[in-house]
Amino acid sequence: MSIEIRDVARRFGSTAALEGVSLTVARGEFVALLGPSGSGKTTLLRILAGLEGTDSGTVRVDGEDMTGVPARERRIGVVFQQYALFRHMTVFENVAFGLRVRKRRPPEAEIARRVRELLALVQIPELERRYPDQVSGGQRQRVALARALAIEPRLLLLDEPFGALDALVRKDVRRWVRGLHDRLGISTILVTHDQEEAMEMADRVAVMERGRIVQCDTAEVLLRDPATPFVAGFLGEASRLDCQVRGGVAHFDPLPLPPLRVALPDGEAQAFLRPEDIAVLAGTGQGILRAVRNVTDDRARVIVDLEGILLDGTAASGRAPQRNVPCRVALRGGIVFASNGQRARGEPLARIMAG
Amino acid sequence: MACGRPSRVAPVPGLGLTLGLTLAWVGLVVVIPLAALAIKPWELGVAGVAQSLAEPRVLSALAVSFGAALAASIINLPLGLLLAWALVRLDFPGRRVLDSVIDLPFALPTAVAGIALTALFAPNGWLGVPLMAAFGWQIAYTRAGIAVALMFVGLPFIVRTVEPVLRDMGKDAEEAAATLGAIRPQTLGRVVLPTLAPALLTGFGLACARAVGEYGSVIFIAGNLPMATEIAPLLIVIRLEQFDYAGAAAVGLAMLCLSFTILLGLNLLQRLVRRGRR
Amino acid sequence: MSAPVRPAHADAPWASALLAGAALLVAIVMLALPLAAVFAEALRRGLPVAIDAIMEEDALAAIRLTLIIAAITVPMNLMGGVAAAWAVAKCEFPGKRLLVTLIELPFSVSPVIAGLIFVLIFGAKGWLGPWLQAHDIQVIFAVPGLVLATVFVTFPFVARTVIPLMQEQGRDEEEAAATLGASGPQTFWRVTLPNVKWALLSGVLLCNARAMGEFGAVSVVSGHIRGETNTMPLHVEILYNEYQFAGAFAVAALLALLGLVTLAAKTLLEHAAGRGAGGAA
Repeated sequence: MSIEIRDVARRFGSTAALEGVSLTVARGEFVALLGPSGSGKTTLLRILAGLEGTDSGTVRVDGEDMTGVPARERRIGVVFQQYALFRHMTVFENVAFGLRVRKRRPPEAEIARRVRELLALVQIPELERRYPDQVSGGQRQRVALARALAIEPRLLLLDEPFGALDALVRKDVRRWVRGLHDRLGISTILVTHDQEEAMEMADRVAVMERGRIVQCDTAEVLLRDPATPFVAGFLGEASRLDCQVRGGVAHFDPLPLPPLRVALPDGEAQAFLRPEDIAVLAGTGQGILRAVRNVTDDRARVIVDLEGILLDGTAASGRAPQRNVPCRVALRGGIVFASNGQRARGEPLARIMAG
Repeated sequence: MACGRPSRVAPVPGLGLTLGLTLAWVGLVVVIPLAALAIKPWELGVAGVAQSLAEPRVLSALAVSFGAALAASIINLPLGLLLAWALVRLDFPGRRVLDSVIDLPFALPTAVAGIALTALFAPNGWLGVPLMAAFGWQIAYTRAGIAVALMFVGLPFIVRTVEPVLRDMGKDAEEAAATLGAIRPQTLGRVVLPTLAPALLTGFGLACARAVGEYGSVIFIAGNLPMATEIAPLLIVIRLEQFDYAGAAAVGLAMLCLSFTILLGLNLLQRLVRRGRR
Repeated sequence: MSAPVRPAHADAPWASALLAGAALLVAIVMLALPLAAVFAEALRRGLPVAIDAIMEEDALAAIRLTLIIAAITVPMNLMGGVAAAWAVAKCEFPGKRLLVTLIELPFSVSPVIAGLIFVLIFGAKGWLGPWLQAHDIQVIFAVPGLVLATVFVTFPFVARTVIPLMQEQGRDEEEAAATLGASGPQTFWRVTLPNVKWALLSGVLLCNARAMGEFGAVSVVSGHIRGETNTMPLHVEILYNEYQFAGAFAVAALLALLGLVTLAAKTLLEHAAGRGAGGAA
């Protein structure tokens, strides 16, 4: 089902939680809302669920205006942060709840059949008689998912659903949830502050900052072409350095880094350098190699100390990099934002000589 | 039109109904009747109220009520602390029973407590005889009797406010103090008591507020002699029986005002204690 | 063999024993003895005399009246208390703190004042007195007055026991119920109520115990008419003042039993609530 959010704004007292937020989610699409805490992502999710009001703007589900439609009539499934399972009901009753409270309540046999089907779908058929406090965190999450799916939702909202799980379980559960989405084809919105989670699971990621969606695109585009310094800094790893643009060239003085050619006006600017952009080469230079983070076949991730500033870079791993030895630092490129917000891709002036 | 109208959503429904019910209930049962108390005395005029309250019998009754309440609550502080400590920190046979018995004054009707205490402390009672023989004390029908009844009524308030704080405190702070070289009395005086002080004050205030207005458990043991062992609530009853509504209301209003002054003072004191600790 | 080592900062065993002994002594003298005195005095002249005192006509009338008052008061305060708890714990509105203060106010008001305020309104010389007299409606010195005073005094019990628990539980489950299609009443009956049922029951028990045992407030509005406006605690007072000690203590013992049953039930409920938080059936 398609969801269309248009110019939604919401204030709490004097603080604006959301300002002019617009977002469209296509049928069967998986979109992540990514942002730091306080960026408004949970507010947006609660507005979609009908648990929060709006000051202006509209939300449409399949073209139907949702303004004034109470949560219970929206058929939007929510998996809450702490799952919010009904603690006095068994797993079975939790999942059955949405069917039991329907205006036209299905017969008991039909409810039982649906619940068992859902519990099988989330792979916990053996837990139906347990109470929420008798199952593990990962299992609770599956119950919450089954409960949300029981109402045959038009849209599924996941509010930081993996936050309560430990790191080991989390990765598996992510893949499994994404697989489930692909199988069921329900449009899904995931709220998270974990960029890895967002980029791994979602078709598109909407990056939120202070109540606005600053950019919404595929993970690839966000990494390659961030719209704002915030997105560049928030997604992927990057070293942020101040620089000055003079005559189409960004200089990093007083740091001993080679300049980058950029199509930007003169003035102060900010450069974001990904680890791939910073080449650490053997030979004498001002850098000192401080740590080796991981080594793959053809390159090694290293941390290099450049006059007291630590930069994340890559080194060719042909020779095992050694710690605390001097090295040369070159740049393969980078993203530079001028102070007026204009953005350009930086290119090295000269080709890097492979060392 | 792209710009939708604002929509107000209550995440949980039913505010209108429940708040309406609550306000009606609170308004009819609490606010309007108490307003009557605040308005009625002034039928006498300001001078009349002052005159009504300045009667020696009234002043004496107020002094007896508040004096006995304060005395009883002060004696109850160490006793309540002792019981709370025993409940939380000590393990001994009968602790569970003790835990239930603490609430007895909450559950026992006040009139029952009143005649029971009177029977105990009467000159021929179980405790009255030995106290008279050993110390020459007479408790029943004196101000001491009033204080004893108020101690009974107020004790659980102090125990039940200190107990959760003590439980919450755990032994970490004490163990830390011990590792820092404090001896036991230092730990108790500098770590434990200051932590419990706000709760002790709260319990003291609750016990006091309850004791000031207490009627049922006091009138049997008090003796009710005007100018000596007559409590303020009894004076209200007496004035009502003489159909002196405004005079009765004046005493009631004076009691409430004094109570709130004490609670306010305790509140300020508590803030001072809290700030001093930071 | 070496003795187990006690950490130097822990209290010595003798100190703990001394404290425990002192605590037990305080509890016995201040709490247990008065209770024992009630039953001892009631049975002083034997069980048959005590039973006779209870089965006497005026005593039975007092028991009946007490039960009637409780039967009216408790449901009223149950409804009001649950409504207040829902509004305070699950919804947002301005002035919430003021409302909570108002709800708790009756606890800090003397029971005699609780009676007094209704006399000021409904008494012969009260605001509505002349009008009531003209229409021949009796409030003070009659059952309605007794009920009003009792409602005021027992007013906070239900709300006060339920509000903290409801606040602690938050509204996550209610919100989840809403997204699953449940209406307000469905959410209340299926989600909220089962989660607070033990606390609610405990509040009702306390409310009931106080309603049946209230003395000061009803004493002011009752008029002490035997067989008509005399509740059990008032009957105790009358018998006691007439030096019918055996009878007074017999009825008092009955009231004390009510208190003990309430205490026991409350302890059991707390136990059930602690164990059944997860609903382990």
